[in-house]
Amino acid sequence: MPARVSIFVTCIVDQVFPRVGMAMAEVLERAGYQVEFREDQTCCGQPAFNTGYREDARKVAGHFIRVFRDAEFIVVPSGSCASMITHHFFDLFPKGSSQYEETEYLAPRVIEFSRFLTEVAKVDDVGARFEGIVTYHDSCHALRELRIKEGPRRLLRKVRGLELREMSAAEECCGFGGTFSVKFPEVSGGMGRTKLDSILATGASTVVSIDSSCLMQLQGVFSRAGAPLKTMHLAEVLASR
Amino acid sequence: MLMKPEQEEQIRRTVDNPKIQLAVYSATARLKEKREEAVASEALPEYQELRTQANRIKKHTLENLDVYLEEFEANVEAHGGKVIYARNGAEVADFILGLARERGVRMLVKSKSMTTEEIHLNQRLEHHHLEAVETDLGEYIIQLAHDRPYHIVAPAVHMTRQDVADVFEKNLADPRTEEPEKQAMIARRNLREKFLAAGIGISGANFLVADSGAVCIVENEGNARLTTTAPPIHIAVAGLEKMIPRARDLAVFLKLLGRSGTGQLLTVYTSFLSGPRRGREADGPGEFYVVLMDNGRTRLLADAEKRQSLYCIRCGACLNACPVYRKIGGHNYPGAYSGPIGAIITPQYEGIAKDPWLPFASSLCGACAEVCPVKIDIPKILLDLRKEVVEDRAVHGGGFVERKAFQMYGWLMRRPKLYAMAGRIAAKMARLPGAASIGPAAKWGSVREVTLPARKSFRDQWREREKSK
Repeated sequence: MPARVSIFVTCIVDQVFPRVGMAMAEVLERAGYQVEFREDQTCCGQPAFNTGYREDARKVAGHFIRVFRDAEFIVVPSGSCASMITHHFFDLFPKGSSQYEETEYLAPRVIEFSRFLTEVAKVDDVGARFEGIVTYHDSCHALRELRIKEGPRRLLRKVRGLELREMSAAEECCGFGGTFSVKFPEVSGGMGRTKLDSILATGASTVVSIDSSCLMQLQGVFSRAGAPLKTMHLAEVLASR
Repeated sequence: MLMKPEQEEQIRRTVDNPKIQLAVYSATARLKEKREEAVASEALPEYQELRTQANRIKKHTLENLDVYLEEFEANVEAHGGKVIYARNGAEVADFILGLARERGVRMLVKSKSMTTEEIHLNQRLEHHHLEAVETDLGEYIIQLAHDRPYHIVAPAVHMTRQDVADVFEKNLADPRTEEPEKQAMIARRNLREKFLAAGIGISGANFLVADSGAVCIVENEGNARLTTTAPPIHIAVAGLEKMIPRARDLAVFLKLLGRSGTGQLLTVYTSFLSGPRRGREADGPGEFYVVLMDNGRTRLLADAEKRQSLYCIRCGACLNACPVYRKIGGHNYPGAYSGPIGAIITPQYEGIAKDPWLPFASSLCGACAEVCPVKIDIPKILLDLRKEVVEDRAVHGGGFVERKAFQMYGWLMRRPKLYAMAGRIAAKMARLPGAASIGPAAKWGSVREVTLPARKSFRDQWREREKSK
């Protein structure tokens, strides 16, 4: 068991949801890990990659590799950013290039936060307490690219005081989609409202996910609709006592 | 601007139309659910294996298409049929018009075919005073309404029974009814006369079977069977990519097609048509033609990665799974094909410059790839097309501000100290009055509340925490 983990908090957590990063560090420390934060980290390059700007994405991805190349484990509070690194870095660098090879070495050690807990640390119960009815939103890249489905639910079920209720549209996209959200605001917002209906039907008061970008989208839609719902990152729930 | 203002307005109208939203959402939900039941591991344990096989067969066929085209043609001719190659829609229409003129045909019937929708065949024929009557119920309604298909397998999915009553009342002599069963009977009665009077029947093809020289057609209404056998001439119009090597490959594809499209184990009718009526056979057309159409497909064949777009068997499962299709519906997609498959094939058939916004109209959620029975990696192709649009705009203009913004991003993200400083400045600027009305923030805020950047970033909080330890 590694005693030391490095965290890649992602640019959105760094700039918009620092509390998610703090909560993740806390949970990891409680699980017995020494947490390091490399200050040179910035972004994984996904915004540029998903919008078609491969050259700019390549530069940012190259920076990520330089920052983390010698880290043993890199824990990420996002399925989407983790998948960008472990799946799409391979689309950015030509096979046989040094960066492609470095990605091959790096990718197995880049692990989404909930997966790190359940599969590397092998803990389901982190000793958290959270009073409330919660529903879990499957973020698309975690679900379909990383195949993360049961882990976060298992962690939530072990939280004292928490009742987990499934929504019918758990696997449907929240509508965020990066620059899609501002290129097609009506469609993106409409997708968020469809999700909202499904969440309301569960009677839950809190929506939990492992991606802050989905939660930012959902919170924005809830607030605009005046829906009394809260969004929380899994790390925040697990850090609650 | 990727999109014309009128296209944006059209999308906004669709999203804001509760009637359309309900009709499309519930119809796709039904198809989605039926598919899920039909491919569940209890119902079809070999589902994933079938997908892999289907993908392999399509890959192999397209890599050896020249061989299979020759084999197909030889077998069609051995059965007394004829194969015609058409480079585009105009050549398809020319062939049909020429044949109709020679045989003195004034009216023809058609069974459902997306390929002929793709080339606007009906308009082309009508322009030359050749009447073409659609005989699939959905297509018939659409044709009477002067509308276009909304969905690959359910063309009239956006219309309610009241809408259909209106269309029939306006166009047909029968008394008005809002009962779907009675409406179907009205269509049936009117169409029977057309089947008997038509000089040519035009069909599409779900599969072209090389080793048999046969056209395979699946359907639920029996109209395709009538279209292909009642009139004296049958013309099947198909894209080149519909080829499969052997009749036994249908064991893979037929299991996937019905289940993925409508949740049926098999469609009600599966027809295997090879050649005209022979010898003492009582039924079937006297002449049998297969028009193999290119219309941009060979251009795709050249690209080893994006070639997989041609694997599509037109089941429509990706439409039902797609949250964007379910919001914007079928008519906001240019071209005949809507949904995720339309978003990848239309730009490839017609060139990316025509509707550069198409590949961007996706949250990249991946639901389409998950349900695709032939495993087309649609999100990957969308990403590749986005890259091409960006590269094209860099050369031919457009997207200047965005391009500069991403250049800036690529520069800043490699300079952590400047990035941290820029973050601190942005957090302050975002709180200035009027900040929410600028650029992306305004777009974001048009439909949902904006979350402001934190006053203190993670890195700043972390540094304080480490110091206080």
